[in-house]
Amino acid sequence: MKLELSRVVQGGCRLGVLKGLGRSGQHSLEVPGCLLYTRCGTVPHLTQDTLHTLTNLPSVTQLTLSTIAEHQEVLEDFKDGFRKFAGLHDTVLYCSLHDPVTPCPAGHITNKTVSVWGSGGRIELTVAKFMALQRTVRPDWYQSMADGETWQSNTSRKRVRKSVDRTLAHLDECLLVHHKTQELQGVAVFGVVEGGDILEERVRSAKETAKRPVAGFCLDGLQTGSMDQALRIQLIAAVTKELPEGKPRLLQGVGRPDEVLACVEAGVDLFESFFPFQVTERGCALCFNFDITPDPERAVLEADEERDTAGETHENGELNLDDQMTSFEINLKDKRYQDDFRPLVEGCGCYCCRNHQRAYLHHLLVTNELLAGVLLMLHNTAHYLAFFGALREALAQDTLDLLKKKVLKEKCGQTKSKE
Amino acid sequence: MAAPIERGVDTNTPEINMSLKKTLSAVSPLTLRIVAECPVTKARACDLVLPHCTVNTPVFMPVGTQGTLKGITVDQLESLGCQICLGNTYHLGMRPGPELIEKANGLHGFMKWKNNLLTDSGGFQMVSLVELSEVTEEGVKFKSPYDGKEILLSPEKSISIQNSLGSDIMMQLDDVVSSTVTGPRVEEAMHRSIRWLDRCIAANKNPDKQNLFAIIQGGLNAELRKICLEEMTQRDVPGFAIGGLSGGEEKDDFWRMVTLSTDHLPREKPRYLMGVGSVCLRAYLHALFKTDTAAMHHVTVHNIAYQVSAGRATAENRYRS
Repeated sequence: MKLELSRVVQGGCRLGVLKGLGRSGQHSLEVPGCLLYTRCGTVPHLTQDTLHTLTNLPSVTQLTLSTIAEHQEVLEDFKDGFRKFAGLHDTVLYCSLHDPVTPCPAGHITNKTVSVWGSGGRIELTVAKFMALQRTVRPDWYQSMADGETWQSNTSRKRVRKSVDRTLAHLDECLLVHHKTQELQGVAVFGVVEGGDILEERVRSAKETAKRPVAGFCLDGLQTGSMDQALRIQLIAAVTKELPEGKPRLLQGVGRPDEVLACVEAGVDLFESFFPFQVTERGCALCFNFDITPDPERAVLEADEERDTAGETHENGELNLDDQMTSFEINLKDKRYQDDFRPLVEGCGCYCCRNHQRAYLHHLLVTNELLAGVLLMLHNTAHYLAFFGALREALAQDTLDLLKKKVLKEKCGQTKSKE
Repeated sequence: MAAPIERGVDTNTPEINMSLKKTLSAVSPLTLRIVAECPVTKARACDLVLPHCTVNTPVFMPVGTQGTLKGITVDQLESLGCQICLGNTYHLGMRPGPELIEKANGLHGFMKWKNNLLTDSGGFQMVSLVELSEVTEEGVKFKSPYDGKEILLSPEKSISIQNSLGSDIMMQLDDVVSSTVTGPRVEEAMHRSIRWLDRCIAANKNPDKQNLFAIIQGGLNAELRKICLEEMTQRDVPGFAIGGLSGGEEKDDFWRMVTLSTDHLPREKPRYLMGVGSVCLRAYLHALFKTDTAAMHHVTVHNIAYQVSAGRATAENRYRS
């Protein structure tokens, strides 16, 4: 893989394309961008035909080892790798260790092992087992095994130091095995930068990981809920200073639009796209505006909406937990949408907005129908991907400040339907 | 094979056939074209022309109880070849309610379904939720499971809701008893169903757009069935359903009632056998998908495709024989 940067803002944002992805090297991914979130190869709620009503899908699909690990035997019997098993044809497979949506119970990591949780319980992974899984899954790209259990507020300095040391040791061992494994030739490995909330440890981890022959870097232990935004940005900025400019940086566990913007400014290239899924699971629809093209008509409409929504703001907590609604979405279970016959977002080209209305989505949610998840996932994914498109465009046009203003002040439309 | 009931008119002359057909298409939004008939059995393949599109029969109708088909989009349903599917009056009448659906341009407009819809009367819930209901001549009294309020589902109310839903085929409200019930209740229900059919016909606000089907009752009693058939076929309805079966009775009894009914139903009108169609599939749901709803969607898609092709295969066999 090769990162071609077209713009670099001093010590901060980067705009470019990650090329040479996949076995044939044919795929590419624009940065800043996100991966397509799945746990087991399928975007939650979507089958191939509903998924492909979406345009401009990321070329890289994320799988999580935590979901796949329990099926190791079946995959080994199958012999042909996860891609064929899941019927995924034209995509690059990236295998992460954990699922950003499901936090792991703490206290199970040792010097030699990390654990993932499958449906049958805890599965302990040594580097050997971790690499055996990679060999069986045959992704195009994976993160090396890492100890990221530093997100709890009372994590000691000693514990943080251990996480850095262990992660480096795991990386070295993974790389050794990787180079000896036939099935993993041509596959990219990302090193993982740890360090909890301690600046010196973060810098140490970054410096050391950068010395290894990895294709790029995962930034771990910084997920939403682990620390406040200001500290996160400070740490990321310090880390990216130590990392080579020409290699991509993937930030794990962060997905909220405001966080994304701040982290891109600190030098992050890639994100996981689990946020639309979380929004879907709480029966909500993303509706924040990221359109900064000047339009006098809309300016008037928005001024009206602002007046209507004043006093209905929903602050995003610093330690916003996964299931808390953000100001970037509307809650379709709310009674006010019962007879709202507008699409989720006016002008959104997704299948849901082209065909259905808020009232129908409200009905599906109230009656617990499966289709609610399908339609919401389609919309939320489309909206989120379009946001990243707008972000890249803003970087290209030097209008990032305008975009930030628009996204950050936005409190999702809570206006009553116009009679 | 028994001869059809004579009604004092020889309906088999070409002239009368033509004029009957003309009358049918002029007054009812339903036309049945019989494309092929089996020389051995009573099976036939037809084109059932309804307001939204033509339906090729025999057909299995996918069930979209609450205005959606278990996780698949209407586009997916359409590309699977579905020409008609079901909605449930009881559920939709409760949530979101007929007023809202009318505002949304009927159930078609609410779900964005382009092909045909059939709604049942809401009466089947009587059998399935029987502890909660009380049947009187007025209608069925329910206690709403959502707010505990008492509701009366009368023939008039059922048709009113179905008129709001705007389905292409509506079912009469019938007094349903389980086929395992015996005794005077069966006869009472059969006679009441006839009276309720007349009330439904009177209550239908849209006879030019919506087809009201009668439902033949009578349990597993041949005499009662015959009486019901005799009476109901005298009403001018565009189609008939055979009801009160598929509730756990013996297969032999089931078939006997079905064939008795089709012996006495008019040839030129469609016949709907209610509650039949569950297909036992051993769908191999891979362990990997067990936590994802998409797995269910895959199965739904598979099941519907199976049923649609089963219907088609049946029709094709009719063409051949």
